[in-house]
Amino acid sequence: MQRITIDPITRLEGHGKIEIFLNEEGNVANTYFQIPELRGFERFVVGRPIEEMALITNRICGVCPEAHHMAAAKAADAVYKVEVPPTGKKLRELLYSAFYATDHTTHFYALGGPDFIMGPDAPVAERNILGVIHKVGLEIGGKVIQMRKYGHTVVEMIGGRKVHPCTSIPGGLTKGITEEQRKEIEEMGHWAIEFAQFSLKAFNDIVLSNKTYLDLIVGDVYTHKTYYMGLVDANNKVNFYDGKVRVVGPNGKEFVKYEPKDYVNHIAEHVEPWTYLKFPYLKNVGWKGFVDGKDSGVYMATPLSRLNASDGMATPRAQEEYDKFYKTLGGKPVHQRLAIHWARLIELLYAAERWVELATDPEITSPNFHTIPTATPTEGVGIVEAPRGTLTHHYWTDERGVVTKANLIVGTTNNYAPIQMSTTKAAQSLIKGGKVNEGLLNMVEMAFRAYDPCFGCATHSLPGQMPLEITIHNADGEVVDVLKQFVD
Amino acid sequence: MSKPKFAMYWAASCGGCEISVLNIHEKILDVDANFEVVFWPVAMDAKYKDVEAMEDGSITLCLFNGGMRNDENEHIAKLLRRKSKIMVAFGSCACEGCIPGLGNFSTVDQLIDTAFTTLSTDNPKNLRPQTSYDAPEGALHIPTMNPMLKTLDQVVDVDYYMPGCPPESHQITAVVELVIAALQGSAQLPPKGATIGAGNSTVCDECTRKRNEKLIKAFGRIQFTHTDPELCLLEQGIPCNGLATRSGCNARCPSAGAQCIGCYGPAEGVVDYGARLISAFASVIDSEKPEEIDQILDGLVDPAGQFYRFNLAGSLLRGSKSAHHQSNGS
Amino acid sequence: MTEETKPFEPVIIGFTCNWCSYRAADMAGIARMKYAPNVRLTRLMCSGRLDPTFVFKAFAGGADAVLISGCHPGDCHYVNQNYKAMRRYHLMKRVLVQMGIEPGRLKLLWASAAEGQIFANEINKFVEEVRALGPLNWNADRRPQIADHVLLSVVNGQPAEAEVKA
Repeated sequence: MQRITIDPITRLEGHGKIEIFLNEEGNVANTYFQIPELRGFERFVVGRPIEEMALITNRICGVCPEAHHMAAAKAADAVYKVEVPPTGKKLRELLYSAFYATDHTTHFYALGGPDFIMGPDAPVAERNILGVIHKVGLEIGGKVIQMRKYGHTVVEMIGGRKVHPCTSIPGGLTKGITEEQRKEIEEMGHWAIEFAQFSLKAFNDIVLSNKTYLDLIVGDVYTHKTYYMGLVDANNKVNFYDGKVRVVGPNGKEFVKYEPKDYVNHIAEHVEPWTYLKFPYLKNVGWKGFVDGKDSGVYMATPLSRLNASDGMATPRAQEEYDKFYKTLGGKPVHQRLAIHWARLIELLYAAERWVELATDPEITSPNFHTIPTATPTEGVGIVEAPRGTLTHHYWTDERGVVTKANLIVGTTNNYAPIQMSTTKAAQSLIKGGKVNEGLLNMVEMAFRAYDPCFGCATHSLPGQMPLEITIHNADGEVVDVLKQFVD
Repeated sequence: MSKPKFAMYWAASCGGCEISVLNIHEKILDVDANFEVVFWPVAMDAKYKDVEAMEDGSITLCLFNGGMRNDENEHIAKLLRRKSKIMVAFGSCACEGCIPGLGNFSTVDQLIDTAFTTLSTDNPKNLRPQTSYDAPEGALHIPTMNPMLKTLDQVVDVDYYMPGCPPESHQITAVVELVIAALQGSAQLPPKGATIGAGNSTVCDECTRKRNEKLIKAFGRIQFTHTDPELCLLEQGIPCNGLATRSGCNARCPSAGAQCIGCYGPAEGVVDYGARLISAFASVIDSEKPEEIDQILDGLVDPAGQFYRFNLAGSLLRGSKSAHHQSNGS
Repeated sequence: MTEETKPFEPVIIGFTCNWCSYRAADMAGIARMKYAPNVRLTRLMCSGRLDPTFVFKAFAGGADAVLISGCHPGDCHYVNQNYKAMRRYHLMKRVLVQMGIEPGRLKLLWASAAEGQIFANEINKFVEEVRALGPLNWNADRRPQIADHVLLSVVNGQPAEAEVKA
């Protein structure tokens, strides 16, 4: 059987590789998207005090440590059954909103966006942040840097550090903010709203107004009809920090809504021996393999999923964009994976609006940001939405609050089965009769890149060249063809 | 004249070092202006084959972050060492193992077993990942995990160490400026083996909290008290590692009300970080009676984790007995 | 006798203080009291000089056990520095246990200069206790007898010259 190896995949946290096998007719028989890494967090946090989980699990991911920090902090609150004072919750969510704005910005402009803004037919040398700058204007580079600076400034003000925040403890925070800091945060938030609106307008002008791009978005190659998951507040609106987990079916109807502590009744993780990562699926639907449909337990968790799983956005400008999104794409739910990029920008706007809402909340500068826990610690679950998907932290402790067991289901992990399926479908659509063309190189990348796999840097970079080499072996293992771009 | 070549690579790490580099904001353009970025998997798509094709020593500066968790990490470390003039162990993972080094308290089998038997894992055949697996269509491979996670200098020769989890952006900026100046001949790089991008003292030196003589009658935990923001945390019984941790971070965490957890690694002159902390903590316990000492120490619920949180893989003991025994086959 | 059938001989590193415990060892020697040769003694000026680094380096270097010995509490030549040794010993033991090293491999012994016989007896007892625990096998390929001058390098912080005998 012929084999095509794409190795390594870049801009995935850690490393990944894809193996594609062709049958006798030269069509794709199967693909394997392998994750070659395991560090062992669920084991080595055992023996550590529960309050350190918010610090240690930061180091699961240095791009979204804020997500792990919050999930772990909420789990620790649950372990102690302690209620965080309103100011504490609001400060955490304010930090989180600013982080979201930064993270989504990085992905759209430097990473996923160029695929879209420049289009798949654009020369590879232009499909990167520089190409984006030339297309939408030189100031944009400065604005992106500014947005990242502002976001990390807020994270540092509330979280103590730019990377790996340290201020969330069981029951609240170690510090609050002054009125001076609050003013600065509010000002940056207003700027962020403008920046988000600018980004959506740019997306509209460049992508949505272009029929070729629109066709690409709504086309079948990147479409999968699966379940969708996201956190929602009491009104079923998208919330990144708190709420219940809601799952809707491929038909858009609510399938289940559960409290964080009940996750294990709904989610299971399937194992394959050819990879270090597991495949979460909906337990009550069952694992049917890497297939679409309402009878398959595969679900997606991404900005698109969150929009699909909700009844709307909790802030007015974002809600307008949400309505426009579904009107343009023909109603809920939207199944086209490339639409994730658009959904991501709507979330960027919501994050900025929420940022200002919280920064102008009368309680935000109150000195009452921590409740001392008094109950005996036992067990707790904390769930937040990481930018890449629903993030679940579950800890058991002894009576001293030392961790005895841990279970973590991390953002991108939710999407491992969908990524595997998207890659297979892209490969199947493009490789027929043994003929591999250059389009494969780009379109396979676009398939997994839309998910923003764990690390923000899902795409091209400074030199703008995407060196990629695909080697085709015949059944005897001899090289029959090598397709290269930008590889000497 | 072609620009000197720059590479940055992540082994078993989290990406925080990359983000910290991006957080030098406009300064990244100085990097772009002064270097040709030839390999940086997070940001651009050069492959391993491209690195293999480069001449030995042709990469002027390589910032290598991440620990050696598996054979692929080691392979790339050795490859980049051959191809690079200056190899910097960038960040806590490369310098001392960092958080993933906590895996060395266990055996690799235990790390894998735990992940594949969690509460939500559906694994009726009790499968484990196989480094070589015969799929129906062909053989599939994934890297083999090392019995113990290693630091970069336990695998290759390292020129400079840049500590921190992650190194602070202002420190990265300072180092970038120094290297550019050195390349232009207007500054000299420190002697090989030096620690760069950090101070020579301890975090206590940079911390603005008031310090008196410490007499600890009890160790507390950060959540059980509303600490005095002006007073030394250790004095208030909160276990703070600032005493043995290298300066350079501006005592960020104590400024924010949280104890120093030691992410900047050992201070200058410290042979074993945990040993230094044991000495320091023991010295300030206010008791001379064995039973009382034990009772005070009961307040430290995880001393090995407290003292080796970031440093286990780079310490004298490197890991637990079981990890060593799995490693040496006894 | 083959390698396998020889009884396991523990390698133990001992740190004694100049004023009390080292003199106790001296006294035992002068009085020709026989005691097990498994403990390699290193002399510090005071047990308060005992840096936990020495203990960890000993274990990392292949020692099966470590002995710390000083003046009785209240009798320290430097007033109260032996209490530092006491506190460090307690904390070190907890850390070593978390590393999987049995608590019986680290011993704290108070001995005055006049207690040669007690010192000898305690050493004999310790050696048997460690023999029962078996080799630590920290690095099996360095399962050695550590040369005295190599030990000294641990205390002086200078590199050792000769190789370790296997």
